[in-house]
Amino acid sequence: MMETTQELIQELTKIAEAPGAAVLDAIKSTGKKAVGCFPIYAPEELVYAAGMLPVGMWGGNTKGNLAGKYLQIFCCSVMKANTEQALRGDYDGLSAVIITAYCDTLKCLMENWKAALPGMKILPMVYAQNRKTASGRQYMKEEFLRIGKELEKVGGTEITDQALKAALDIYDDYRSVMQKFIVKIRKYPAVFTPRVRHLLIKAAYFMDKKDYTEKIRQILSSLPAPEPLPASRHPIILTGLIGEPVEFLDLLQENDFSVVADDLAQESRQFRTIADRNLPPLDRMVERIALQDGCAFLYDEKKTRGAMLIDMVKQTEAQAVIYCQMKFCDPEEFDYPIVKKELAQAGIPMLYVELEQQMDSMEQLRTRIQTLAEILPTRGR
Amino acid sequence: MEEVKTSKQMLGELLDKHYSDALEAKKNGQLVAWATSISPQELLTTMGIHTVYPENHAAAIGARKCAPEFISHSKGNGYSVDICSYARVNLAYMELLHSEAGDIPKPDLIFCCNNICNTVIKWYENIAKELNIPMIVFDLPFNHEYEVSKQDVRYIKGQFLEAIQKLEEITGRKFDYDKFGEVMKISSETSVWWKKAAMKAMTKPSPLNGFDLFNYMATIVCMRGTTEGMDLFKLWYEQLCEKEAKGLGPWKPGEEEKYRVMWDGIACWPYLGPTYKTLRKYGINMVTSTYPDSWYIVYEQNDLDGMARAYSSNYVNRNLDFGVDNITKLVKDYQLDGIVYHSNRSCKLMDFRQFEVQRRVEANTGVPSVIFDGDQTDPSAFSLAQFETRIQALVEMMEKRKQMAGEK
Ligand code: SF4
Ligand code: SF4
Repeated sequence: MMETTQELIQELTKIAEAPGAAVLDAIKSTGKKAVGCFPIYAPEELVYAAGMLPVGMWGGNTKGNLAGKYLQIFCCSVMKANTEQALRGDYDGLSAVIITAYCDTLKCLMENWKAALPGMKILPMVYAQNRKTASGRQYMKEEFLRIGKELEKVGGTEITDQALKAALDIYDDYRSVMQKFIVKIRKYPAVFTPRVRHLLIKAAYFMDKKDYTEKIRQILSSLPAPEPLPASRHPIILTGLIGEPVEFLDLLQENDFSVVADDLAQESRQFRTIADRNLPPLDRMVERIALQDGCAFLYDEKKTRGAMLIDMVKQTEAQAVIYCQMKFCDPEEFDYPIVKKELAQAGIPMLYVELEQQMDSMEQLRTRIQTLAEILPTRGR
Repeated sequence: MEEVKTSKQMLGELLDKHYSDALEAKKNGQLVAWATSISPQELLTTMGIHTVYPENHAAAIGARKCAPEFISHSKGNGYSVDICSYARVNLAYMELLHSEAGDIPKPDLIFCCNNICNTVIKWYENIAKELNIPMIVFDLPFNHEYEVSKQDVRYIKGQFLEAIQKLEEITGRKFDYDKFGEVMKISSETSVWWKKAAMKAMTKPSPLNGFDLFNYMATIVCMRGTTEGMDLFKLWYEQLCEKEAKGLGPWKPGEEEKYRVMWDGIACWPYLGPTYKTLRKYGINMVTSTYPDSWYIVYEQNDLDGMARAYSSNYVNRNLDFGVDNITKLVKDYQLDGIVYHSNRSCKLMDFRQFEVQRRVEANTGVPSVIFDGDQTDPSAFSLAQFETRIQALVEMMEKRKQMAGEK
């Protein structure tokens, strides 16, 4: 049994490690066009319903300085990497790219890309910040309709209500399977190490969601009965934009940390919210964003992120939270002082780490993670 | 000279009154709002809610060189040094509540419009959370198309109406639409006079010393909806006309305005004097900036659609093509010799299009430019030596261009 699990895991982690090749493969094997989707949330369901393959664009470990023609050094490494890759031609196979406007950097990015990549079809879009009000919901609906029309042109297929509903069902199925997945794998820390957990979740960005969900289902059913948890491990929660670079996750592994839950934009925030399936398709998409609280990139009147993390800690019995701060990502930077205060009041240890997708040295990080491991008690269950 | 003093005096008096009125109102138990600099203050003014502007206040703190104390307080609270320094100053002020640069009362309500940046949503969200007060957000979608779309106008107008409802709930009072009409009219007129005065710098030599824009900016932010504000800009305009008629330039008689430049971005408040003196030393008058248009929020009275469009039309909320056209036009209208771009460590929205804008404006106009590194309130991100080196380079380029034009 374990062999199948390992094989499945390897298949997916390979995809996450070499997304470029995976996407090309997918284009070839399905005959579908691929559409790039920028962080944080993009209307992937519309892309899917238009018969195309949505592909996540979350940067990567990219060296070079082509992006320096457009961006100052104090731009986040995710957007520097995306721009570098685009200028290098890595995205030439994409039929369009959806760029969203969650932060000031992204607003500029869409403009620079239009200038720098005249051959690329850029589809800029804005998610409403007033996402719960009547005006905001109406705007979101109109925005989805507008982007849907653009996607129809790119794909050459009409997005019917039926197709959209089918796409939403596939996505919501993916979301509910993932919700179960992250709970179940807590019992297998040796198999689902921080790196493996991350790569498995990330692979979803480069595959047909239906196929991906099927693979995850297979992994879940292939798992043997869990063994007792090792006494040495430290259950923790990651919060932030991305839990990268993977070397950082390896440091967690080396120090016996296991990720029992996350509030990462690239990971659980993508699937933790599901809207009422009985709503009309567009309302369903709008509703999901309206429900998506505790995210740094969506206006959150009550600012619930801290409370949500505290709940998560209670539920998972995590020992600590690691705040994965992507350097220069200001929406996340603003949340930190509030979260820090709330977690301190709740007596939950939190480590703040500043990450970049291209890090020269891991030494400082290593020391800080070791220190965290030392102050936490070990316990097994 | 006497008249200039009067206009400046009036400016100072108005600002003092603005702040003391707000403090007084708070003392008397009246509501105070904190608002972003280009927000639809018309709604608050109509409701009689005293409003102060944290960006302005932070700028004043910066100009008085008082920012470091606040910045380090914020750092202690966990605010990254990479965050906009206005936010870092203000979030510390919210706790410390005193500065030599002047005080503002604590807010009962937060009023936030993201037409200047999305940063303000995060910043104000934190204030609302920490002080446990209501927050009203105006989400003005970034205009990736050249013009403000009808879809956006609908959304923005909807938000105005929802905000009015929320204000009625908060104050327990009805919104007075007649008064609203009046305030709309005054606000637009004040904007017009602000821009008319700023446009006096189109004359060569300019009767306006462009750094005055930085000074008067405080009043266009704080008093756009008041007749006092309007009167001030009218007076300023008249005085500039007088100077213009006499053929006077920006500085002392006989001091030549050799070069005319535009300043892109916010001032470096802690170094307002030194940057000004450096430019003046080389005979450079900063005749315009992105400021005049930022507060040119003009629309017909009672036209909510127009108001929505006007608020979403400021240049940082517009696309790159618009930004390029805008500066290209300024180069012509103001007969510019050069452009100084402030790569402001605080402001990603203004920065991350600068390189491409610079290239295109140069291609369009041939006018030389330089970029310098700075920050609007954090003194540690600016070097006067680097600034001067860049300005010297600009002078060389401008001089060369003048000579070449002369040779033709
Ligand atoms: S600042 Fe943050 S949200 Fe914005 S593009 Fe960079 S990583 Fe993404
Ligand atoms: S300086 Fe820039 S980031 Fe800061 S409040 Fe102003 S517009 Fe926003």
